[in-house]
Amino acid sequence: MDIRRDVFQAIADPTRRAIIALIALQAMTPNAIADNFNTSRQSVSKHLRVLAECELIKQEQQGREIYYSLKIEKMKEIDSWLNQFREIWETQFNQLDQVLLNIQKQTKN
Amino acid sequence: MEKNLLFDFTVDKAAKTVYITREFAADLPLVWDAFTKPEILDQWVAPKPWTSKTKYMNFEVGGKRFYAMVSPEGQERWAIQEYTSITPKTHFKMYNAFSDKDENPELPGSEWEYNFSEQNGTTKVSITIFNESLDRLEKMIEMGFNEGFKASLKNLEQLLES
Repeated sequence: MDIRRDVFQAIADPTRRAIIALIALQAMTPNAIADNFNTSRQSVSKHLRVLAECELIKQEQQGREIYYSLKIEKMKEIDSWLNQFREIWETQFNQLDQVLLNIQKQTKN
Repeated sequence: MEKNLLFDFTVDKAAKTVYITREFAADLPLVWDAFTKPEILDQWVAPKPWTSKTKYMNFEVGGKRFYAMVSPEGQERWAIQEYTSITPKTHFKMYNAFSDKDENPELPGSEWEYNFSEQNGTTKVSITIFNESLDRLEKMIEMGFNEGFKASLKNLEQLLES
């Protein structure tokens, strides 16, 4: 059965976030990725499967090896979703910066 | 304004939790006041052009803040916050829920936890927001709505449907 997963489920796990950070730099084979973790190769391939199901990563065959790399478009989706929250907070905090500055000026006078 | 102040924002959608850390170029007592005194809160918590209007606020454990975000057209969005834990100038927790103008809360709400610390005149505020429902998390967007956001909210809807 093909289970469609949510991209946010993919990034909720710290190991999967670490995998994303690794392959963001360069395409890597499953073994090379697993070398960066203390967990078993099976566990790493399970995480890779989740990431692939969420379409956050893609695999390419190069000779006898499979290489995993990031699908940038999908990462952008996460970013645009988050940005809406981030922008609200940024606006609020910039307003607070100004308020703090005003209070500091007033107390100096 | 100092531009090198830390601003860290992460959303763990699976855990329904938002983590925010921000530094401010002010000492801790002032920043604490800015988060806990209604007359200062009302000056900054509503992203412009919205304004914040606190009807009443009792900053004590078991106390409440009843306030509205008011749109430029005068539309009011009410919410109630109940303080569940306070350690002066260090930490406080509250439960936040949208409500009607008669203080009837719309549950579920969200749990907010604030931590304050100061180093060399810079005050760091760490905020953790836990939402019982994801809808609630997305409704938070509306509280900070302005015209510019409508297009991006459309994108969000499309994204969530896909």
